[in-house]
Amino acid sequence: MTKEQVKKLQEFALEIRIGTVECIKSRGFGHVGGSLSVADLLAVLYGEVMNVDPSNPKKEDRDKLVCSKGHAGPAVYATLALKGYFPYEKLFTLNQPGTDLPSHCDRKKTPGIDMTTGSLGQGTSTAVGLALGDRLQGRDCRTFLIVGDGEAEEGQVWEAAMFTAAKKLTNLVWIIDWNKKQLDGYIKDVNDPGDYRAKFEAFGFDAVTVDGHDVEKLYEALTKKAEDKPIAIIMDSVKGKGVTAVEQTMANHSMKGGQEMFDGWLAELREKQAAMKA
Amino acid sequence: MEIVYNGNQDSRLYKAVIGETIDALMKEDEKVVWLDADLRGCSGTAGKEGDRYINCGIAEANMIGIAAGLSASGMKPYAHSFGPFASRRAYDQAFLAAGYAGNAVTIIGTDPGITAAFNGGTHMPFEDMALYRAMPEATVYDITDVPMLIDTLKKAKDMPGVKYIRVPRAGSFQIYADGSSFTPGKGVVLREGTDALIVASGIMVKEALEAAKALAQEGIECAVIDPITVKPLDVDLVREWAQKTGVVVTAENHNRIGGLTSAVEDALIGMPLKFGHVAVEDTWGEVGPLDYLRERFDLTCDHIARVVRELRA
Ligand SMILES: Cc1ncc(C[n+]2csc(CCOP(=O)(O)OP(=O)(O)O)c2C)c(N)n1
Repeated sequence: MTKEQVKKLQEFALEIRIGTVECIKSRGFGHVGGSLSVADLLAVLYGEVMNVDPSNPKKEDRDKLVCSKGHAGPAVYATLALKGYFPYEKLFTLNQPGTDLPSHCDRKKTPGIDMTTGSLGQGTSTAVGLALGDRLQGRDCRTFLIVGDGEAEEGQVWEAAMFTAAKKLTNLVWIIDWNKKQLDGYIKDVNDPGDYRAKFEAFGFDAVTVDGHDVEKLYEALTKKAEDKPIAIIMDSVKGKGVTAVEQTMANHSMKGGQEMFDGWLAELREKQAAMKA
Repeated sequence: MEIVYNGNQDSRLYKAVIGETIDALMKEDEKVVWLDADLRGCSGTAGKEGDRYINCGIAEANMIGIAAGLSASGMKPYAHSFGPFASRRAYDQAFLAAGYAGNAVTIIGTDPGITAAFNGGTHMPFEDMALYRAMPEATVYDITDVPMLIDTLKKAKDMPGVKYIRVPRAGSFQIYADGSSFTPGKGVVLREGTDALIVASGIMVKEALEAAKALAQEGIECAVIDPITVKPLDVDLVREWAQKTGVVVTAENHNRIGGLTSAVEDALIGMPLKFGHVAVEDTWGEVGPLDYLRERFDLTCDHIARVVRELRA
């Protein structure tokens, strides 16, 4: 990657963070922690990696995204808005009556959302189905699957992982958002799945651990060609990344507050944006 | 039964009541064990310490299976998740490992129906009562207020079989006096009347009382029954009041298929009655504020009154 490309992705990631916070601010509360932790990933996917056409969101041979941790909707919505799938102002309708942007991703409602998620675990199997369907129909495209590290406590996740590896579904890329936290606190205190990477390797994946906030490293991992093993990326990330107050809040799964709280977060992000542009 | 409803919101949150009641039960009975699926923060048990508080993580099917095994070993398990995951997600485990195998498990599904509000359609169970009603020997509660919740949690401890308790997390309106005691299968007549019968459960009980109040001003006197348990349903009581009134309307925060409406219809088959319902019309859930969803799905006192009026016209 050139320096310019890296900078462009970093700027895009910041815009996604700003859009995410603005989206949640419009409602006054929302799943901010797990949305911010995937902002860099989404910037790399939609900024460089994925073959998509915002003017034709249903194009059959597009690359697809399944955000199985469906509560990260606000980050995905911000990304799609910035890519032009729908007007930016739509972000301010999050969870309002009649909205197209519900808490959890919904393929029937939102242009650019490829799969409905929200019941944790289920997105993994549907991503397998998408990738398998593309393979059966001879399409040259990939599906990217984002799974929460807490979500990986669901047995269905491992059923889908087993299938992915056993059927050598190399057009499906697994990404575990390893931000170490779930709703009730730290994964290690709730019900620890242990070494994610070793588990994926044992199933037969080509598994790597990557810094989830380093766009260059993410790009490298996401563009690596899968030979005979599917790729699993264990994304080492921080829940709430990019907004100090969120990162430092223990219970940052879903946060609620007045407009001043959100404005404070936005000020920090805009400061970073200005510094980057300077 | 002393009815204290006065239209004021109860200051106690259901989830705090769950946390306090379970903690008290644990102290009183060393067999009590609480299982949660990464939602202790939503069940009011967060911060309560002890090795009988078990966080199973986001793995509801496993949790219900564990609860069944705990019961077989002599423990008294309570297991909690949001309504959809405490029902659909773990149904086969609840059905076979708990119900069929004869294990006693109390399953608490929070935020039923439209009370899932901002979590949206994926989290909004309109079918949980239908699932548990279809399970032989299960007991199904649609919680009406805090006194009923406390009594239900206490009694469930030593009851056999699967007990499914659907209850919102947030606030409620108090209907029954503190310390009230309920019997599964025994409904409560909240109000007497000879012109129509409204059978309502859960959040719809308050709406039914408001509808009855409004209708009384028009000279229509409604009886209102809270069945307490949707299964077993107090068939005798419902038939008795249906007979007296000739017009029956059900009100539930659930799909009209499989829940209270179905149960009451089943109980009244063959009786010469006019029958109506206020329920979700076999459709999916949707995201939004609770007040919006009430209107969106027509789960209001105004709608109950309208249905009663139409049937009597
Ligand atoms: C099947 C299911 N169970 C429970 C929930 C409620 N829930 C939503 S998010 C969440 C925690 C998710 O943790 P993780 O997967 O680590 O996501 P992140 O920390 O990245 O936000 C829970 C328990 C759900 N949505 N689906």
